[in-house]
Amino acid sequence: MPTLQEKKPARPIRRSHVRPLRELIFGDLWEYDPAPETADPKLKPRYDLFIGGRFVLPATGKYFDSINPANEQKLAELALGGAADVDAAYQAAARAFDSGWGRMPGRERGKFLYRVARLLQDRAREFAVAETMDNGKPIKETRDFDVPMAAAHFFYHAGWADKLDYVAPGRRMAPLGVVGQVIPWNFPLLMLSWKIAPALAVGNCVVIKPATNTSITAVKLAEIFQDAGLPPGVVNVITGPGATGGILMAHPAAAKIAFTGSTEVGKVIMRSVAGSDKRMTMELGGKAANIVFDDAPIDQAVEGIVNGIFFNQGQVCCAGSRLLVHEPVAGLVVAKLKQRLRVLRVGDPLDKNTDVGAIVSRAQLETIQRYLDIGVKEGAEMWQPPCRLPPKGFFMPPTIFTGVTQSHRIAREEIFGPVLSILTFRTIDEAIEKANNTAYGLSAGVWTDKGSRILKMSTELKAGVVWANTFNKFDPASPFGGYKESGFGREGGRQGLLDYGKLI
Amino acid sequence: MPPTVPAAFRRLFSEIGTVDAVGVEERVAKYTTRSIKKRAKLFGLKLAVSMLDLTTLEGKDTPGKVESLCRKAVRPHDDPGIPPVAAVCVYPAMVRPARRALGAAAPVRIASVATAFPSGQMPLKTRLAEVRTAVADGADEIDMVINRGAFLAGEFARVQDEIAAVLAACGDAPLKVILETSELETYDNIRAASFLAMRVLRAGDFIKTSTGKTAANATLGNNQVMLEAIRDFYLETGTPVGMKPAGGIRTAKQALQFLVAVKETLGDAWLTNARYRFGASSLLNDLLRQIEKERTGAYQAPYYFSEAAESY
Repeated sequence: MPTLQEKKPARPIRRSHVRPLRELIFGDLWEYDPAPETADPKLKPRYDLFIGGRFVLPATGKYFDSINPANEQKLAELALGGAADVDAAYQAAARAFDSGWGRMPGRERGKFLYRVARLLQDRAREFAVAETMDNGKPIKETRDFDVPMAAAHFFYHAGWADKLDYVAPGRRMAPLGVVGQVIPWNFPLLMLSWKIAPALAVGNCVVIKPATNTSITAVKLAEIFQDAGLPPGVVNVITGPGATGGILMAHPAAAKIAFTGSTEVGKVIMRSVAGSDKRMTMELGGKAANIVFDDAPIDQAVEGIVNGIFFNQGQVCCAGSRLLVHEPVAGLVVAKLKQRLRVLRVGDPLDKNTDVGAIVSRAQLETIQRYLDIGVKEGAEMWQPPCRLPPKGFFMPPTIFTGVTQSHRIAREEIFGPVLSILTFRTIDEAIEKANNTAYGLSAGVWTDKGSRILKMSTELKAGVVWANTFNKFDPASPFGGYKESGFGREGGRQGLLDYGKLI
Repeated sequence: MPPTVPAAFRRLFSEIGTVDAVGVEERVAKYTTRSIKKRAKLFGLKLAVSMLDLTTLEGKDTPGKVESLCRKAVRPHDDPGIPPVAAVCVYPAMVRPARRALGAAAPVRIASVATAFPSGQMPLKTRLAEVRTAVADGADEIDMVINRGAFLAGEFARVQDEIAAVLAACGDAPLKVILETSELETYDNIRAASFLAMRVLRAGDFIKTSTGKTAANATLGNNQVMLEAIRDFYLETGTPVGMKPAGGIRTAKQALQFLVAVKETLGDAWLTNARYRFGASSLLNDLLRQIEKERTGAYQAPYYFSEAAESY
């Protein structure tokens, strides 16, 4: 016989208001057949560096493999750029800037951006498939989000190119010169676009390095720059390892550098350019709080929680990785969340019905796994829905932790994977305190029916973006960026544009 | 003193929760991107046929039209692999001709709209008499409309009492309660009305979106709100209530999207005509057209299936 003590599990989440749940059956009565997207990604076996408007061999003479994280097969070889290549790229960019791009009338520059946007739209399916194969994110996300949003950024900034005289009243805007940019692997094409488009609109030239794991759509976009007739050297794409990114950021010819990636690497870069007069923008990590009050529309909040942390397998800097839920509804929210996760489909990213695809690399999968072990060891309760993972590839089922407290590492550190830490709160002040009790400050979400509470929360939360009754919403016209160790500078909107020029 | 409107609604919402319209529409947009192919498509199409309440609700309905509708309902196509539909849905005056055409032991049930369909604006006594007549004439199921006026006025007890009275008049016949979603206007109200109805209903009864007689009818959005209400009510009480979207579902593609919503919200136990129905007329021919396309690999000439709902 169990003693009374044993029968009482220690549960931080109160369930007293939740009646016993009857089960719904999410079985195989009506299984969806495989529905793979079949468009040709038009991959070449080998890609060179894009410098001065041409594809050129790397000075190192070396190449590295890009693999598909969903089946671990090689997709293509990419040129391994080094210091000499970075140097050549900066020279090409400086030539392009001096020989006309910087002085070209805005309406002419705008035409090139419109052309790039339209060419990208024309080849949207091809790019979506290439991105999915390279990154592992589901085709429905690349098709419905990454590629259309990338095109939208070119369209939006094309519109700014001939209106720079109106950005600030009475002042004109001038380009900075050559801009060095390094981007991460979670939104390869989108980050590329939202970094390149504002730089070009203002009249800068660009040297950019995509992430080592996910460079294919960057070199494919270089093909579009060629097709669009963009003057040689205006954009230069250097593929290679992380060290090459460091060289690119520290290069003396860069008038401004822009980095998106981890806080750790961001700090290294900032140290490397200390003492120089380079301008900088940093978009770094996050540990966003998604805050659900008891008067929130619960089903839609659950949908927002899922969208917040399982979009792109949680590999999103602004992911809602901490769920702060009001105690009176904690049990209900967790129960509904578990139900919802049971119908999320994990598997082949190219299948149009896949909701959660592959993790970008084995190393990232191992990092996430390590955090799961840490979470369990710290005493949090882990739950994953039953799901069949493909035998090959880097897959991780959606994971939630209940019984998490602020001191747990899974509540403090950015995991960058499909892992949700659930904490509870009792009052508004406690919610704000917990939400702000982090080194990061990129984004936050608030779920409530009470409008005044939304306004209060958005004032008090130290986060660059606060979403109300929604999550992970982006628009080229809306500035995005962080507080504290999530970085500085904004991307998108008028604010993002101002980071790429000087007012004179 | 009569209850004040805000008090009645606020009390109910604090019990059952509210709905965010933007969130619901985002959720259902995901259903429309599900890609249903091959065997899964065929299964879904046949399932949709078996869930149909094949409907004719016209002032110009005749016994002849209803009899031909009944024959189509029993045998929708010359392919014997295609199941009969779930029911025919007719006005009370057409129940007798339908029963005559179908016989006593038909595979297809007879549903009759009643309670002064579609407005419901008749004395309760008249509405109940209509229900009793339809059942006596051979209707297996009754589709009633709720008193929207009473609902909007916050007189929830009256709405529920009337449903209970109709339920008693039905005897054993399952009851489908039409909320007429377009007249309730908001998702909050649709959720509220769903709960009011379900709290009176028995296992095996249905809630239904609309009459098909107003401008806006079944949508994935109001379907989702009602499915979620059914789910919450089931998990709370153990009583499984069925769902019937009606009006506006004309294509096989739409029907599959509604079924995806059922599969992903309520699960396998609701993928049966005992718990889910489509109120439609022209939908059947599009389902048959798509089934033939799956079987033969090509679309048939348009004149192989009539386009008009009129010509069954």
